[in-house]
Amino acid sequence: MSDLTKLTAAEIAKRISDGDVSAEEVTRAHLDRIAAVDGKVHAFLHVDADGAIAAAREVDAKRARKETLGPLAGVPVAVKDVLTTKGVPTTAGSKILEGWRPPYDSTVVERLRDAGTVILGKTNMDEFAMGSSTEYSAYGPTNNPWDLGRIPGGSGGGSAAAIAAYEAPLAIGTDTGGSIRQPGAVTGTVGSKPTYGGTSRYGLIAFSSSLDTPGPCARTVLDAALLHEVMAGHDWRDSTSIPQPVPPVVEAARRGMTGDLTGVKLGLVTQFDAGEGAEPGVMAAFHDALAALTKLGAELVEVSAPHFQYALPAYYLIAPSECSSNLARFDGVRYGLRVGDDGNRSLEEVMSLTREAGFGPEVKRRIMLGTYALSSGYYDAYYGQAQKVRTLITQDFNQAFEQVDVLVSPTTPFVAFPFGSRTSDPYQMYLADLFTIPTNLYGGPGISVPCGLSDGLPVGFQIMAPTMADDRMYRVAAALESAVGTLTPPSLEG
Amino acid sequence: MTTTTLPAYDDAVATFEPVIGLETHVELGTNTKMFCGCPTDFGGEPNTRVCPVCLGLPGSLPVANKAAIEATIRIGLALNCSIATWCRFARKNYFYPDMPKNFQISQYDEPLCVDGYLDVEVDGRTVRIGIERVHLEEDTGKTLHVGGATGRIHGATESLVDYNRAGIPLVEIVTKPVPGTGALAPEVARAYVTELRDILRGLGVSDVRMEEGSLRCDVNTSLNRPGEEWGTRTETKNVNSLRSVERAVRSEIIRQASVLEAGGRIVQETRHFSEETGDTRPGRSKEEATDYRYFPEPDLVPLAPDPAWVSALKAALPEPPRVHRKRLQESWGLSDLDMQSVVNAGAVELIEQTVAAGATAAAARKWWLGELARRANESGIELSAVGATPAQVAELQTLVDGGKLNDKLARVVLEGVVAGEGDPTAVMEARGLAVVSDTGALTAAVDAAIAANADVADKVRGGNLAAAGALIGAVMKTTKGQADAKAVRELILQRLGAN
Amino acid sequence: MAAISRDEVAHLARLSRLAVTEQELDTFAGQLDVILQAVARVGEVAAADIPPTSHSVPLTNVLREDVVINCLTREEALAGAPDVEEDRFRVPRILDEEA
Repeated sequence: MSDLTKLTAAEIAKRISDGDVSAEEVTRAHLDRIAAVDGKVHAFLHVDADGAIAAAREVDAKRARKETLGPLAGVPVAVKDVLTTKGVPTTAGSKILEGWRPPYDSTVVERLRDAGTVILGKTNMDEFAMGSSTEYSAYGPTNNPWDLGRIPGGSGGGSAAAIAAYEAPLAIGTDTGGSIRQPGAVTGTVGSKPTYGGTSRYGLIAFSSSLDTPGPCARTVLDAALLHEVMAGHDWRDSTSIPQPVPPVVEAARRGMTGDLTGVKLGLVTQFDAGEGAEPGVMAAFHDALAALTKLGAELVEVSAPHFQYALPAYYLIAPSECSSNLARFDGVRYGLRVGDDGNRSLEEVMSLTREAGFGPEVKRRIMLGTYALSSGYYDAYYGQAQKVRTLITQDFNQAFEQVDVLVSPTTPFVAFPFGSRTSDPYQMYLADLFTIPTNLYGGPGISVPCGLSDGLPVGFQIMAPTMADDRMYRVAAALESAVGTLTPPSLEG
Repeated sequence: MTTTTLPAYDDAVATFEPVIGLETHVELGTNTKMFCGCPTDFGGEPNTRVCPVCLGLPGSLPVANKAAIEATIRIGLALNCSIATWCRFARKNYFYPDMPKNFQISQYDEPLCVDGYLDVEVDGRTVRIGIERVHLEEDTGKTLHVGGATGRIHGATESLVDYNRAGIPLVEIVTKPVPGTGALAPEVARAYVTELRDILRGLGVSDVRMEEGSLRCDVNTSLNRPGEEWGTRTETKNVNSLRSVERAVRSEIIRQASVLEAGGRIVQETRHFSEETGDTRPGRSKEEATDYRYFPEPDLVPLAPDPAWVSALKAALPEPPRVHRKRLQESWGLSDLDMQSVVNAGAVELIEQTVAAGATAAAARKWWLGELARRANESGIELSAVGATPAQVAELQTLVDGGKLNDKLARVVLEGVVAGEGDPTAVMEARGLAVVSDTGALTAAVDAAIAANADVADKVRGGNLAAAGALIGAVMKTTKGQADAKAVRELILQRLGAN
Repeated sequence: MAAISRDEVAHLARLSRLAVTEQELDTFAGQLDVILQAVARVGEVAAADIPPTSHSVPLTNVLREDVVINCLTREEALAGAPDVEEDRFRVPRILDEEA
């Protein structure tokens, strides 16, 4: 393995900018790495080698012309296949979009291109971002670089695994209920969900519109912050985009790296710390990390969030409801798969056969669940009530943040589990997002940072901050990283 | 037709009391669509006015058009509605291929404007129509049904979809039920849509062309016996002209009365109006009410119109058509009755524009309510669709006033204008219809008439001026009517030394 | 008692335009029942006077000026379509149902 793939994004950017290495060399090193290991990992659904090399050469040409380069110019990035890329296949992990080449770039991708980053390709994911293991990808699962027999988390398992396997230094994910943070936790990488509205959803194939948030994946907190600043910021194309400056996350990460957290109050949610549903090994690593943080000067405060226990049920009403409507457009009329059009069948039959063949079981379950929750007789009891619970959870967050700067918890209750162990009972899979979901319902930012191992597998530490105070969580995350270090998975070679 | 077996309209409204209601859809004349920057211009090649948003491509997001919101608020204000201080868009979920997302962004229980009214005048009486709501939504694409009879969905083997219209802003205006209009119900319905159309046109928010579908109307009708509860209503769609609004209500009243008289009951259903037969036929009766699973559109944030903004829009509203008409009536010097006939003929704006183009009010009224109204009636079309423009009518009158046409010739020229032969001057020249004003030719004709009728000429010379009529007639005959009779008379008297 | 019956699941599949198999119906009915019983816990919360949250961002009146932006070309618009005829999206015959 080339040393170039071991570097952080910050280091790569500096070397390119200093002229020590060309962007093309860096890109080729990562493409070689993908060629070498992705057969085992299966992080990518599509590798755009030509596009990547062209983008890298453009950066090199710019540098040769002595033009100013952005902070991540020439750094390779992998993009979750749920974000549209003009002319490059975009499937959202679904058969129903197989072969679709969007005629437009998502805003996030557009900003990556404008910043001179090099898009390597599109990463694997649970179909339409519904799942916590990538086992629901229509194109087969991604394997966790820490143990190829285990899940890499989901839905953004491809992005997290690509980073963990050194196939890319950076990746983009999207987080609806934990799809950036939980894969980050189980692959020993950093995954950050920005404030909802802090990053644009334009071009993000919607799962649950009021929750979906694009965000950065990286191996270090600083790298995540650098990518965050490149991709975030107001976008007029997304009506829910917040018209405010991006919180100073890079500055906060650098401050955290000094290892000083004096005066920072960390809130422990009593309902979480009771340890219900979390494995002992996970709780042990979490408490070790808390001890490390207090050594850096942080203060621990217990806070109560009585409605967090209803977050999971509320989420599994709101997200499926929105998804049932968002996924209605996949009907085989304007794009994507069409099945059963034999000249005799009606449109309704062809549509139903297309959707039956094009969607996997988890997507079908959620569509039907959402259709049920929105039906006139059930709306008030299910969707309406879930939205009220959402209000109460937001109130819990607001009250907690009156007492503390950030909230902390394990990212996920369990380490990477073996394939097949949670697919037969869908609800068992849903529990993976127990700790990550409250933040999505509230709309605030959350980050997962590695905090140690349990039985040789990574454990993630979650930090949640108030809306548009993303910088706070980066500071704490970088401080924790400085105390416990980054994790390196076993070699994939040989 | 089966109308012969139905009770007469008079019998129907003598036995039953109709309750009507109207739902009107108006395509706004904004530059761009409701939620994207695609142009709204009419008649583009298929699928050339589309983008990721209005095609519903995965990942695309809507952003609301400020001009459309403003137009809707102005419509609400013009209809005396309250403007919501906070409201949301909602998704109306159902599968249909003309809807790119398989949901329509609309408004559900939080419309932008509520609880207004519109006063209309019918038969000298003012009827107040309550306005339930005015809300904003997106239009659908257009579907072409292929392989069946005459483009109908029934029997078609396939359909072809063009999304150019998809996403054009559509305002829905819903009245409260209107009881108590009795036999006048059809006229009230028509008067309401007419008044609404005039208001919308005055606001400049839409071109309000019913024929092109930018103003579309659904009519609800029910009947009940006096003192009883309101009956089951039917919804009649496909009502595409003012005249059809009236006809649709009338025919539905007759139909429902005959069903009820025969002991039957009215089924709640959607019916379609046929322009050809003038009656309604059943559409699909819904075996179960469609559940649209409305929920707040998560991709659009709430609207909260600032009271200052609403006040500014209100202050800038144009004069309401009723007030405007009153002013015109005064300036034209018409009696209430005369003005009413102008209104009934749908001629207010046409006369106004004809006057603006230079004609006197009296002349403009004469043409529009006379010759042109007669032609419109004969063809069963709206006066505005008769084929002559206000500018052409004004030009025609200028030709008459300038002595180039006499009244009889002007009618012939108008016939040519209506037939599409061009503007009046062009028609006059092309058809060679101008009054003969060439003095040489006219003098020759007069002299010829005098020579041929020497006895008559002597009488005139002898002071019997009335006898000149015969000479005038002879001249008019030789000039094929293209002479000004008055000028001919003058010339005869002059030649005979009788004046 | 089951929260949802097999027939109800069949109805939901029809509404959702999913031609599910009989075997899938059996599986989904059981799974959706488990999920529904779990999510029904939201009903335990006393929230009668609590306003619902549909959007987590405190924004209102996000509007766009009425200015034309370039459309896709017709080729781009139709490129992904499964079937095109006369520059339009071709679909099989439509049941005269929701027109």
